[in-house]
Amino acid sequence: MHATVDQLQKARIDGGVHEPRAHDSSIRHVTGEAVYTGDIKLPADAVAVFIATSPHAHAAIRSIDLEAVRRQPGIIAVLGAGDIPGINDCSPFAGDDPIFAEAKVEYAGQSLFAVAAATLAEARAAATLAVIDFAPQPAIVTIAQAMATQSYLSPPRTLIHGDPEAAIATAAHRLTGRIEIGGQEHFYLEGQVAIAMPGEGDEMLIHSSTQHPTEVQHKVADALGVPFHAVTVEVRRMGGAFGGKETHGNLPATVAALVARQTGRAAIVRYDRDDDMHITGKRHDFRIDYTAGFDDTGRILGVTFDHASRCGMSFDLSAAISDRALCHADNAYFIPAMRVTSYLCKTNTASNTAFRGFGGPQGMIGIERVIEEIARHLRVDPVTVRRANFYPHKDSGGHRATPYRMLVEDCIIQDLFDELEASSDYAPRRAEIIAFNAKSAVLKRGIAMTPVKFGISFNNIMLNQAGALVHVYADGSIGLNHGGTEMGQGLFIKVAQVVAEAFQVDLDRVKITATTTGKVPNTSATAASSGSDLNGMAALDAANKIKARLAAYLANAHNVAAAAITFEPNRILVGGREIAFDDAIAEAHRARVSLSATGFYATPKLHWDEGTRTGRPFYYFCFGAAVSEVAIDTLTGENRILRVDIVHDCGRSLNPAIDLGQIEGGFVQGAGWLTMEELVWDDRGRLKTHAPATYKIPCASDRPVDLRIKIHDRGRNIEDTIYRSKAVGEPPLMLAISAHAALSDAVASVAGGRVAPDLDAPATPERILMAVERVKANAP
Amino acid sequence: MAKHHVSFTINGDPTEILCETHATLLDVLRDELELTGTKEGCSTGDCGACSVTVDGRLVCSCLMLGVEANGKAIGTVEGLAKGDKLHVLQEKFLEHHALQCGICTPGFLVASKALLEKNPDPTETEVRYWLAGNLCRCTGYDKIVRAVMDAATVMRGA
Ligand code: FES
Ligand code: FES
Repeated sequence: MHATVDQLQKARIDGGVHEPRAHDSSIRHVTGEAVYTGDIKLPADAVAVFIATSPHAHAAIRSIDLEAVRRQPGIIAVLGAGDIPGINDCSPFAGDDPIFAEAKVEYAGQSLFAVAAATLAEARAAATLAVIDFAPQPAIVTIAQAMATQSYLSPPRTLIHGDPEAAIATAAHRLTGRIEIGGQEHFYLEGQVAIAMPGEGDEMLIHSSTQHPTEVQHKVADALGVPFHAVTVEVRRMGGAFGGKETHGNLPATVAALVARQTGRAAIVRYDRDDDMHITGKRHDFRIDYTAGFDDTGRILGVTFDHASRCGMSFDLSAAISDRALCHADNAYFIPAMRVTSYLCKTNTASNTAFRGFGGPQGMIGIERVIEEIARHLRVDPVTVRRANFYPHKDSGGHRATPYRMLVEDCIIQDLFDELEASSDYAPRRAEIIAFNAKSAVLKRGIAMTPVKFGISFNNIMLNQAGALVHVYADGSIGLNHGGTEMGQGLFIKVAQVVAEAFQVDLDRVKITATTTGKVPNTSATAASSGSDLNGMAALDAANKIKARLAAYLANAHNVAAAAITFEPNRILVGGREIAFDDAIAEAHRARVSLSATGFYATPKLHWDEGTRTGRPFYYFCFGAAVSEVAIDTLTGENRILRVDIVHDCGRSLNPAIDLGQIEGGFVQGAGWLTMEELVWDDRGRLKTHAPATYKIPCASDRPVDLRIKIHDRGRNIEDTIYRSKAVGEPPLMLAISAHAALSDAVASVAGGRVAPDLDAPATPERILMAVERVKANAP
Repeated sequence: MAKHHVSFTINGDPTEILCETHATLLDVLRDELELTGTKEGCSTGDCGACSVTVDGRLVCSCLMLGVEANGKAIGTVEGLAKGDKLHVLQEKFLEHHALQCGICTPGFLVASKALLEKNPDPTETEVRYWLAGNLCRCTGYDKIVRAVMDAATVMRGA
């Protein structure tokens, strides 16, 4: 690339780290040119594949007769469990998610067989001709049913520290209660989709909308009975994922591959919205029972929680999700004695899976409910109780350990609360709301300020690794590839900024290419908010290797000390002499210096004892705080979020524009989960809310009227993360707990705060109305 | 299956196709004409990802049959930019970071353009309610609404 005079005189490169930069594909997004998996041009003989699913939530399969389907004109292939050359499984690890059901079905929506035709409509129509003899059995649908029958995936998992029962028994005050928290459909706007293209011999190329190309590679290879090296999985971008494409992309990819292998043609599996919502798992619903003991000042002395979560028919990631819930049951509070017991309920519903926050949000809601109840009991503002229980500030010297024995060394929640309490006018608005509620008979308002402390790293230590591949081409342009996937979160642009910064070249020199298992192998899912932490570091490692080779060569060739070589914007200083970056690269290339490197990163300091559930599962914590103000109509339950103020900690943000987007989007998605998105199954386990007509996610008119978001301006990760930034994908979702707490506050005002509102989630108008009626009926 | 001869203009270009009776306009755009900027998010008229204009009116192309396009002028996201020159709405979406995964973006742009042609000076509430038929799961809408308001200002001045 030819550098201009301007570029060579700049004091600062264009598009380095900490600069707000648009998403890498944004121009292609606004022109409609960005190619998603479903937009890839297929060969003319490609087949469309329909996956036929079970109408029953629980049944034995006596027989499956697919002859009539096969005989239908236009049908190119029909595949069932008997047509899998390798292993009939697409689960992430437990081996309990068959690609095609064999002797039984365990949820309505479970894959039975696949039909391939020139068009999806033909395949779908033919599938109805299958003759399947089911023997239906009773279905366990709800958490209550599972708990009553002890239908668990595994024995209960417990986290314990101290003697909470004794601490509660001797405390001055005690309270107990229960909160039920609904699940959440991901509703990524792009549904699950995968394309398989058969190559030479046993080769198979998969284009998949997945957060986890490596796992798709493994599952496809196992299903086909070929080594991993025969399968290449590529993903350029996803149209949203939110955890829903961490494991649930495995089924469409394996089915597409099986059809492609059998027919020798390219095959596409693309779920339509209804199929997607029936087939795929969602956020886990939780039922949390709590008991807490506390003193006169609201300090918590001991807490016990029982978490019961609806996991669905198989493990999927439920064990890790319930562990993350355990590890977030303290949120930002030091609790001297705590027990949390997790019941992983096995139900006849789709296997619930990762969803932004991964159990953390549910764990946090439990303790936030406890805090609210303590405040009501003591008749003080919940903010007072929150402050009384925070982990000590990072500068306080007296660090405290979490119940899983990790020292909280980086706590800044007090700073965020101080800033937000002032900037949001919390106290005057609280007073004004009390006055308003006293005068207003029908409309009631509520306000709440809640904290977030969220641990960053995968609980499973092994997953905290990443690889990258960086090439500097002979013209000085740079090719970047890493194991992370782009789902809209801005990972690609952030990592490109890291590479630009490392080489000190303008961002437009760095070309980001599609994630592929052919370039970077053995990757972890892009999940747990860790994408830029892991892949940014791996890319930096690769860049540093190339820089070191360049510096060694230049020092030698120009006879200066290695220390006299510095990378300046678009040029390299060699002793006193400036060489344009391109010229230095061309020169190094002529001198046979390797200009390509792989990079690798493994997060340091992590350890975890699975048996005692203690250790350091997180490299660091992210913090945030939000104030929500709401209004409810006590005659209808109708409600609005009036104003939201947020201060969120991104460390030293790698890209403030991207991070602000994550905070806003995370909050709105969380508010949707806790206030309006409701999943309904009938008593036979059939999902009744399987399309946007019946499942309501927030739309533009639902968004808070007044939304004020700020990135904490003194943020800096105390750990040595990529340019001292912090992860940002998941934590902001939990800021929305403030909206639910504010609704509780408004409901409680009906009886002057003397009766617990016991508002479950989602706080739909119906639930708010019922809570209002309950509070009125129990008013002293 | 019966095929019908259908002719219409797409972003101003006269186009003729043979269209199956049951094919939606969305199918025609994506599969026949390879205009994949228009997306399918639900196929039931609830998400707006498939938004196009038909004789200037905003329509969910998943709810309209291809044969119904006969004689009409269809507008899609691909028609917004004129050559390399982006439409003001496109520029403002970039400037305000009004997208993340981007798959809803074509629908929002087409819907916003239809709004501003009808109502060049909308209030923020009018923008919000007009765009309530377009779902976005990533952004939280704030930046989208700001981008549209800003584009409206610029377009009124232009
Ligand atoms: S695809 Fe047409 S409205 Fe959703
Ligand atoms: S940007 Fe992803 S759905 Fe709108």
